[in-house]
Amino acid sequence: MADTTVLTLVWAAILAFAVFMYVIMDGFDLGIGVLFPIFGVGKERDTAMNSIAPVWDGNETWLVLGGGGLLAAFPLAYSVIMSALYAPLIAMLLALVFRGVAFEFRWRDPGHRAFWDIAFTGGSFIAAFMQGIMLGALLQGVHVAGRAYGGGWWDWLTPFSLLTGAGVVAGYSLLGACWLNWKTEGETQAHARRLMRILAPVTLVAILAVSAATPFLGNEYFQRWFSMPRVLFTAQVPLVICILTWRFIRSLRRNYELAPFVLTLAVFGLSFVGLGISMFPYLVPNSITLQMAAAPASSQAFMLVGSAVLIPLILAYTAWSYYVFRGKVAHEGYH
Amino acid sequence: MFHDADALLLARIQFGFTVSFHFIFPAFSIGLASYLAVLEALWLKTGKALYLDIYKYWLKIFAVVFAMGVVSGIVMAYQFGSNWAVFSDRAGPVIGPLMAYEVLTAFFLEAGFLGVMLFGMKKVGKRLHFFATLMVAVGTMISAFWILSVNSWMQTPAGYAINAEGQFVPAAGWLPIIFNPSFPYRLAHTVIAAYLTTALAVGAVGAWHLLKDFKQDHARKMFSMAMWMAALVAPVQVFVGDQHGLNTLEHQPAKVMAMEGHYQSHPHGAPLILFGVPDDEAQRMAHAVEIPRLGSLILKHDLDAPLAGLDTIAPENRPAVEVVFWSFRVMVGIGLLMFALGAWSLLARFAGKLYEWRWMKRFAVLMGPSGFIAVIAGWITTEVGRQPFTIYGLMRTAESASPLAAPAVGASLVAFVIVYFTVFGMGSWYLLKLMSRAPQPHEPEPANVPGHAAGITPASALAAGAGESRHG
Repeated sequence: MADTTVLTLVWAAILAFAVFMYVIMDGFDLGIGVLFPIFGVGKERDTAMNSIAPVWDGNETWLVLGGGGLLAAFPLAYSVIMSALYAPLIAMLLALVFRGVAFEFRWRDPGHRAFWDIAFTGGSFIAAFMQGIMLGALLQGVHVAGRAYGGGWWDWLTPFSLLTGAGVVAGYSLLGACWLNWKTEGETQAHARRLMRILAPVTLVAILAVSAATPFLGNEYFQRWFSMPRVLFTAQVPLVICILTWRFIRSLRRNYELAPFVLTLAVFGLSFVGLGISMFPYLVPNSITLQMAAAPASSQAFMLVGSAVLIPLILAYTAWSYYVFRGKVAHEGYH
Repeated sequence: MFHDADALLLARIQFGFTVSFHFIFPAFSIGLASYLAVLEALWLKTGKALYLDIYKYWLKIFAVVFAMGVVSGIVMAYQFGSNWAVFSDRAGPVIGPLMAYEVLTAFFLEAGFLGVMLFGMKKVGKRLHFFATLMVAVGTMISAFWILSVNSWMQTPAGYAINAEGQFVPAAGWLPIIFNPSFPYRLAHTVIAAYLTTALAVGAVGAWHLLKDFKQDHARKMFSMAMWMAALVAPVQVFVGDQHGLNTLEHQPAKVMAMEGHYQSHPHGAPLILFGVPDDEAQRMAHAVEIPRLGSLILKHDLDAPLAGLDTIAPENRPAVEVVFWSFRVMVGIGLLMFALGAWSLLARFAGKLYEWRWMKRFAVLMGPSGFIAVIAGWITTEVGRQPFTIYGLMRTAESASPLAAPAVGASLVAFVIVYFTVFGMGSWYLLKLMSRAPQPHEPEPANVPGHAAGITPASALAAGAGESRHG
């Protein structure tokens, strides 16, 4: 098998970036959806909803880039992965339908607001849970036959994938609570802080459990983490997570507003690096490498030209949009 | 399992169902976004509050339509892989980059500026807000550009080679792929269709309120604008549609044969079959009502020109005439009705009775949903007419699907049907509710949406437009 070309590596990095952007950005607003029923009906829920209403659509666009980019740069992996994860994928898409329209519909129809609140929460929870399940199902490996998925349509469901599902729900919820701690004040903020104290340890336990289980899934994960001299590098990941955890606890004690959110993002980032260590150079563990799945150089190069200009531009106007809606949000809007 | 006919049929139904539902929303939001940009520009230019009122009125509707378009669109981005894995693997290197460009140039642009457009009027000032509206409108157009390029490439593939893995790859540069033979025609035809669809919906809302009160200023303005659009653009669409048809005749003759119901070849001038009952089994048209030679005149601009029929196409390559023949007639019929409405409104306008003629207004109300029906019918015509291929002439639909078991596809199809009808059914109900209230001058803050005075949620940002919550 040919070595991974630079172009392919660049595309792997761009897609990893897109998926990571999705995970953290839709992560906090899906997390708010998951936590929604805990918040009081009325002001508190309205505040939570208002804090993400102007940005959720942009956040979710990274998911489309993840899917579209995978199709474009690694079509083989796209087709194998999407059919392997058929059931959780469809469930996630349908869940996103419910929670996406709930943003509009709950204001349009006060008579059915309770229903759309349930749709918002249910949709957010199922979407987060299914994303976690898909992650686990991919990590544990899928059966590939020729250039296609060769397994059954329930292969994705294992204790490990349920664990990663639960982990993602916990992590997203923590992100959501940290976001609200940053963007709200008063009662809602206090509520968010209480939730952070519960969700942070739960998320940490989930990360530990997934990290502990992964090397024993086979797929050479053990060697990728623990063989010398790799371990000198890979060991830094849990180490830094420990440091971040300590900083997080400190920031909670001192009632910092932005720091817990940023620190949680950093933990997500490191977990993501961990995933990269486990998977590389495979896109589908043990069967399809980046290079095997790669589209021809002409396709990758064509997209790279545009991406090099467009992605920085997108980041710029996305940042501007966040800047426009900066500051604390209250139930009656931003001030 | 790989050639499981049931799974294939279910996957086709699922794709057709989800894409048809999805297509309704962009068809509306492409037109609405441009309309909103025009309204805001007019407001900035003239300073007349009337335009701002109408802008806010349609902005609320746009927000609901756009949300439904986004969530149904994400489904499409993944369904290629979930249900059409073999197609995705083989066509990915060509269509993937085009779709990635759609995300990068269009989706992010729309999403990035939508928040400001919906909620930012008081935060960024008039001009910057107008810029946001403009970016959203431009985004919808760019989106149409890329996705129709993809669709057109599947209809009239060009500029490709096939590599050792059986994948379609670019042969020499991207321009022949992007600007494939049917693309300019399809793009023009579809974007105009979106504009007409929107114009008729806006016109119907205007007409509805004029029927109740023909002096309502806002209803007058939107009705007048919409009728100008219908009168001027419907004839253009007839012309563009004809050109698109001639292009199809050149590149996909079997599709045109199915549209025309020409099972048999006509060496000495083909008739135009107005109506009939196509019978694919017997490959003949029963009870045909036809005008001799007119078919040749329209398609070849010559009464005696020979026209080949489906009998020249191998049986396994023929599309389903029973579908395409009807969907084409529905589209054309509605197009002619739009043309008639436009002409009628011109007549009324020059008679100085645009806001008074009740039967014309009733007709306009009736035509409100016609654009949606026409775009779906047109879509069915072009997509079913491409069958039995996904990539015309090169890759068959039967060899494109994912290796999925029928129960998996069946279950997901049922789930899609239930969810779409529930969610989008309710969404359509909310749209009708919004439209059933007339836009108000200086609309007050909403009365029964508690605590949203400063405008961050749709309900409150559009506070001025939301006064109707008191009337409902």
